[in-house]
Amino acid sequence: MGEAVIQTRNLTRMFGDFTAVNRISFDVQKGEIFGFLGANGAGKTTAIKMLIGLLSPTSGEGHVAGLDINTESEEIKKIIGYMSQRFSLYDDLTVKENIRFYGGIYGLKSDVLRKKYVEILEKVGLQESLNSLVGSLPLGWKQKLAFSISLLHNPKIVFLDEPTGGVDPLTRRQFWEMIYKASEDGITVFVTTHYMDEAEYCDRVSIMVDGNIAALDTPEELKKSFSAKSIEEVFIKLARGAENDDG
Amino acid sequence: MNQVVEISDISKTFEHVQALQNITFEVEKGELFGLIGTDGAGKTTLFRILTTLLLPDSGRATVLGRDAVNEFRQLRPLLGYMPGRFSLYQDLTVEENIQFFASVFGTTLETNYDLVKPIYSQLEPFRDRLAGALSGGMKQKLALSCALIHKPELLILDEPTTGVDAVSRKEFWEMLHHLKQQGITIIASTPYMDEASQCDRVALIQNGKILKISTPDDVAKSFSSTLYGIKSKQRFRLIQTLREYQFAKSVHPFGESVHYADRRGKPDTDELLNYLKGRGIEDATIQMIESTIEDTFMELMEEDSNG
Repeated sequence: MGEAVIQTRNLTRMFGDFTAVNRISFDVQKGEIFGFLGANGAGKTTAIKMLIGLLSPTSGEGHVAGLDINTESEEIKKIIGYMSQRFSLYDDLTVKENIRFYGGIYGLKSDVLRKKYVEILEKVGLQESLNSLVGSLPLGWKQKLAFSISLLHNPKIVFLDEPTGGVDPLTRRQFWEMIYKASEDGITVFVTTHYMDEAEYCDRVSIMVDGNIAALDTPEELKKSFSAKSIEEVFIKLARGAENDDG
Repeated sequence: MNQVVEISDISKTFEHVQALQNITFEVEKGELFGLIGTDGAGKTTLFRILTTLLLPDSGRATVLGRDAVNEFRQLRPLLGYMPGRFSLYQDLTVEENIQFFASVFGTTLETNYDLVKPIYSQLEPFRDRLAGALSGGMKQKLALSCALIHKPELLILDEPTTGVDAVSRKEFWEMLHHLKQQGITIIASTPYMDEASQCDRVALIQNGKILKISTPDDVAKSFSSTLYGIKSKQRFRLIQTLREYQFAKSVHPFGESVHYADRRGKPDTDELLNYLKGRGIEDATIQMIESTIEDTFMELMEEDSNG
């Protein structure tokens, strides 16, 4: 077996009497593309916040890139990348300024940054837009740029929270090819999405229901064991009738 | 007259952006019509014109027999509109929101309760909750109830399922089918290609242009080539290697497999597998597959940007 870069054991988070995440245990391997699915209110966001060091667990253990989420959350923040659909880049800064800003936050030296400009622009196909405001770019470009920027400091793991919402089908695929490339380079990709067909791009998929991990396997095995044609069918079988519909 | 919506040659430009270019189509009474396209395609602009909230630069829209520009006053009470952004009052409760919308349209919840009951009954346990505190799926149900409260003849829904989980999305479409059975014409937009199959007919829209209008089945089948699904554990290398193949026409990742079309139409699949083997991809399998709406959409997008 490979090397586990995310490991949780009985990870739990309560809010008052409510158990948002209930004793979840799973491993994610180095270079794996791991899909983290769940209905609204199933506990996904709470679980991710614990993994990226933004929320401490009520009980249980977790390690991210070998660091303890209970005691080393500040260190964790430095070696992970994070990209969300809602907040990613500053619209009123140029492409270059955004790269420089995030590079500065992660403490990149200016000669390293200069190389990164070229590398990122080539990867995203934005060579002509270095001095354009990010707000003027089409959504798909923004998302690809945001993903590249999340990889700026060579993180071991990158967390992508619904990265492709609203993006056209061609751009979505370019985005997934970037994810495949990152995985080839040994970066672990932890991704949430509401597009169930996208779950099928992942090496393995977990589905959370009511704070528990209700299923975890490769897309192919999940479909087999639930006699389903698609991950969407698996998801609906598991998530329909969940108790934690938060109203 | 059976046409609920007649759009003819509508164009709209905002500063330097042409949001809509010569849009023409019709929607029939009782149809569930889907407008499929991503962010910035022009869906919202078109809906704002149909709901009389925006004037087109040119062209004409007739909705329920009324001109969308000159007869907007007569038209508005006949329409139910659910904008893309949650537009209810977050600081009013569920019940206050529905009563507010009912009173604006001069009706009451009781008058049309039969119509909204299947949806609103799911919200009744949360009647006293502030709308802002509802989950995504519940907000959507409340917004739909408010759009329906005056029993409109035409329902226009702008991305009602965006950002909502798969279970709520499925339930939402089930509600729309129920409303369709009550004789309400529905036009809904969505960025999710897989929802197209829920519609009677769909229009694919991109960069302000309609790429195609037909039944979902026909759109899926109109992909121009024979399509193959190719699988290998080395997905990234498989995509790269296929792109370098001299006969490759299109190569797109599609979940577990890569969708491949060949310039020669029906290629010699053994030769293709041998080519992959020669490049170090030993475990590849290939099979002929049926094209989906997404395959057609991407093909039309590529043609549009090359043409």
